[in-house]
Order: sequence, then structure tokens, then C-alpha cells
Amino acid sequence: MSSVAPAVEPAAPGRASGLSATFEHVRYVLGENRVTAFAFGLLIIILFAAIFGPYIVPYDPLASDTAAALKPPSAAHWFGTDQLGRDIFSRVIVATRLDTFIAVASVALVFLMGGLAGIAAGYFGGWTDRIVGRIADTIMAFPLFVLAMGIVAALGNTVQNIIIATAIVNFPLYARVARAEANVRRNAGFVQAARLSGNGEARILLVHILPNIMPIMIVQMSLTMGYAILNAAGLSFIGLGVRPPTAEWGIMVAEGATFMVSGEWWIALFPGLALMIAVFCFNLLGDGLRDIVDPQRRT
Amino acid sequence: MLTMIGKRLMFAIPSLIGVVIVTFLLTRALPGDPAAYFAGPAASKEAIEQIRKKLGFDKPLIEQFFRYTNDLAHGDFGTSLTTGQPVATEIRNRLPASAELTLLGLIVSITIAIPLGVLAATRPGSWIDHLCRVTTTAGVSLPVFFTGLVLVYVFYFRLGWSPAPLGRLDVFYSAPAHVSGLYLIDALIARDFETFRSALSQLILPAATLAIFSLAPIARMTRASMLAVLASDFVRTARASGLSPSTVIVTYAFRNAMLPVITTLSMVFSFLLGANVLVEKVFAWPGIGSYAVEALISSDFAPVQGFVLTMAVMYVLLNLFIDILYGVIDPRVRLEG
Repeated sequence: MSSVAPAVEPAAPGRASGLSATFEHVRYVLGENRVTAFAFGLLIIILFAAIFGPYIVPYDPLASDTAAALKPPSAAHWFGTDQLGRDIFSRVIVATRLDTFIAVASVALVFLMGGLAGIAAGYFGGWTDRIVGRIADTIMAFPLFVLAMGIVAALGNTVQNIIIATAIVNFPLYARVARAEANVRRNAGFVQAARLSGNGEARILLVHILPNIMPIMIVQMSLTMGYAILNAAGLSFIGLGVRPPTAEWGIMVAEGATFMVSGEWWIALFPGLALMIAVFCFNLLGDGLRDIVDPQRRT
Repeated sequence: MLTMIGKRLMFAIPSLIGVVIVTFLLTRALPGDPAAYFAGPAASKEAIEQIRKKLGFDKPLIEQFFRYTNDLAHGDFGTSLTTGQPVATEIRNRLPASAELTLLGLIVSITIAIPLGVLAATRPGSWIDHLCRVTTTAGVSLPVFFTGLVLVYVFYFRLGWSPAPLGRLDVFYSAPAHVSGLYLIDALIARDFETFRSALSQLILPAATLAIFSLAPIARMTRASMLAVLASDFVRTARASGLSPSTVIVTYAFRNAMLPVITTLSMVFSFLLGANVLVEKVFAWPGIGSYAVEALISSDFAPVQGFVLTMAVMYVLLNLFIDILYGVIDPRVRLEG
């Protein structure tokens, strides 16, 4: 991997303007590490399936056709059909949108909750810090998936609550990273300069500190995205959240589970593989981004 | 040492209080009518009202909380609607099944992951290093219920090596006399090797599923911390003093490298207890996880609440145990305590 010489110059943030600098940086990141480039390619495929999936699939993901039930993969049905004769290929592709949406939404939510609470805790210290720390500790006292189960069971069985539950169990992770990063910078030169020129505390937090800890937070988001997908799929696997006949990877694996013991492997295999690839992609991407943002933590 | 254990115990108490508050709030302070949760979806208005009175939902929140903790202190976790059994009894009966599964999974995973990580760190760039890297990256991406299903398909349906994934024992065997509740140990105590073999064959696949799942973080941490320790000054000094490579690795490096691994175990347990629920569903394992899942499906909230509480208390206790173990391995922690 390291034998590949980077084809482009390292990006110089701030010199080139906005968008082109971003592109330059992405190219640098991908040129540096082939595994990350591979993961980025996977990400593009996943995003493509999530955006255009419903328009390009050959069959209606919800249309059943009992004459063609439980057929193994063939030219007509690439991934075979399930017990109701629904085309599994179409369902796996269409499910990409819902699964990615749950993950993105929960990561965005936890970034807002945990990230902001964390930088406030790190910047102000004192009581804010103690309260945020207590909340994080209490959440960490639970096995995370079990807590998510309890939250969805109590709040009600909907997609929205899966998103909330996944965000809550990730809260401590975000709060801690943001707290540590903000704490280091609370008296940095640029913060003092901002304070002296009359900026309010809220403005310093959001305009001066937040952008500085964004790189680390983005790595965190990419790393937790895979976990968010697994968590959501696990919840729907045990019957929480997404309900049949909706196409979703976790629930499709659950539907295929009963057929696994009688030999119809394709019903559970393909949605399971899709799940695995998506999680794998986000994990690789997160690792790759972390190596670049924070080389010391490379393992 | 004793003062250190005492101090750790004091640290665990706020966590336990937090856990009890959260499980309490999960039912009372959330939107919707808690009485309707406990009454179940099919209950009539009068039945809901009756349950509200009976469980004291018409009282102020603080009073309800003290009532709840008082019930817990007396071992009362409420009653399941579907089975009519007290939740505490049911959980106590099912806990050994979950414990046996989780512990065996963890033991298998540790015995593979730690040597793998150590070998990968001592031979960087070799095939075992690459194997370690592939396992750790692939391992964290595998949905645990999916791994379980693939194992069932391969070893039960294709190869026929393992029994049907239905519970702890084949129907032809009866459970060994109850001593610890763990069938493997109980069967050995009763010297009933047939039952032992049957219980083990039922246990292998679900335990392997959990082991594959928890292998990745342990191996990854072992490798990373072993690499860091091998690069440190005291290892260089030990090598320069002419100690044999095995002494350096086993006596000097390994013991120090284990400290971060033990800290990681806490996170591994968090994942393991969650994954346990999914694995129990896949293998129809009669543990507390599948008890909670069955209750969820029939909207029976008391067992779910009892389950969340039991898991959280176990997790707090496991963390306490890990902290104490840390002190045993690292004398510096003992001195501070």
C-alpha cells in the first residue's frame, strides 16, 4: 500500500478556494491509500443504489408472485425469490435507501446531541462537564444493544425510534471525543483572540472551535456509521422498528432465517452480504480517514 | 488490595443507581401511557385503569420511583402478561443458559485472539500478521445474526455435523441435575458424558458465532498494544541484557501488553451481551435474550424491563470485576488505590 507514490500534491487547506480545495484533499486521501480508495468506490456504489435504486430495479420489491416462490438464483431472478415470490435482488437494492437513511440520520442526530454537548462540556468545564459526563457514564453502564432494545420497546416500534435509540447509544462516544478536543483548545491563541475581539461564548464555540474539531468528528461519524447500520439491522432482525413487508436488510435476513435450515440459502444470504459490505465499507473508510487525520492512532 | 476493591465497589454504586433510574424512566417518563404498555395491546379501558391503580401510576413520579426500587429490593421485577409468571423467576431460570453461551464464546475467542495478536505483533509483515489484519477488519463488519445463520447452513444443513439449532439439548436427553445451571459443568459433576457431549454439540455453533464476533476487537488490541510494548525502552533493555527472546516476550512484554487488552474487554462485554440476544434468537436458545425478544413481539413490557435491568447490572458487575483484575495484574494501580 505504502509503495504507491501519491500521484498528487498534498492539499493545502485554505489556499485553494472552498470546493476545489475539498476535491484536491479527497484526491490526496484516495491516492495515499488504495484500501481507502476501494472503500470510497464501494461508498459511491452504495450511494448510487440508495438514490437511484427504486428506479432501476427489474421488479417491484413488494409485488408477490406465488407461482415463482422460493426459486434459487437464475437469469430472471439474480438473487432468487423469497417465500412470497418477491425478487430478492430488487429488494436488496431498494433496501439500501432505508438502511443508509437510518444510519445517516442517527449519526447526524448523535453528532448534534453528543458533539454539541461534548464541546460545551470541554469548553465550559464545571457543571456542564459534570452533567454531560454523568449522562455519558449512565449510558455506558448499559450494554449498548440492550439499551437500544429497551428504548425502542418503550418509545414504540417505529423507524424514527430506531434512529433515536441508535443515536442515544452512540452519545458517550461523541461526547467524549468532542469534549477532549474542545478542552485542549479552550485557551488556544485563536480562541483568546476571538474572545478579546468581543465574540460571545456561543459564537466562539460554534464558529471557532467546532470547525477545528470537525475532521476528528467526521472520522468518528464514518466509524460509527457501520455500527449504526448493524445496530438498526439487529433491531429489525428481532422484530423492532421496521415492519414487513418493507424491504430492509435486517428484516430480510430474519425472514430468510427459517428457510436456512431447509436449504433455501439465498433468501438470507444476499441481504446479509449487502449488510456486511455496507458496514465493511464504512469501517474501512473510517480507518482510512483516521490514518490521515490522526496518524498516531494508526494500528 | 482490599482498600482498592472497596474503592472500586464505591465507584460501581453510582452506575447501579443510574441504571435503576434509566430503566424506571424508560417506562414512566416517556410519551404514551405506561399502564397501556403493561396492560398489553388488547386490553380494555377498564383493564388499563385497573393496572394503573395496581401499579401506582396515579401516584407522583417520585413515589412511583421509591415503590419501584422497593419492589426491586424485594426481588420483584413484575409479572409477565403472556406467561403469568413472575419475571424474576423466569430470568433466574434462564440466566444460566445465557451465561453458559456467553462465557464459552468469550473463552474460545480469547484463546484464539490473544495468541493471534501476539504472533502478529512479533512477526510483523508475515502471513500471520496479514491473517490477523483480515480477521479483525472482516470480524467487525459481520452482522452476528448473519454469521450464525451461515454457520447453521454449512454445519447443519450442508455437512450435517451439528444438531438442529433448537435449544440447549437434544430432545432425547434430559437436563443434568441442577447444580450450577450450566449444563456442561452439571453433566460433568453427574459424570453423565453422553449428556455432556450432547450439550456441547448444541453449544458449539452459537458459541463459535459469538467468538467470531468478539475475536476482532481483542486480537486488534492485543496486536496494537504488543507492538507498542515491544518498541518500548524496557524491552530494549531486556534484550540488550541478553535475555532470551521468549523470556522477553512472555515475561516482560506480554504482561504489560495485557493491560490495554483487559480494558478492551469491557467494551467487548458490552457488544457480547448485546450480540447474545441475536444469537439466542438464531439458535432458539432458551436464555434471557430470547425471553426478552418473545416478550417484545407480544408487547409484554415487564420482561423487557427486567431483562434490560438484569443485563445492565451484570455489565456493571463485569466492569467491576475487570477493574479488580486490572489491579491484580498491574501493581501500580494497587499502590494508587
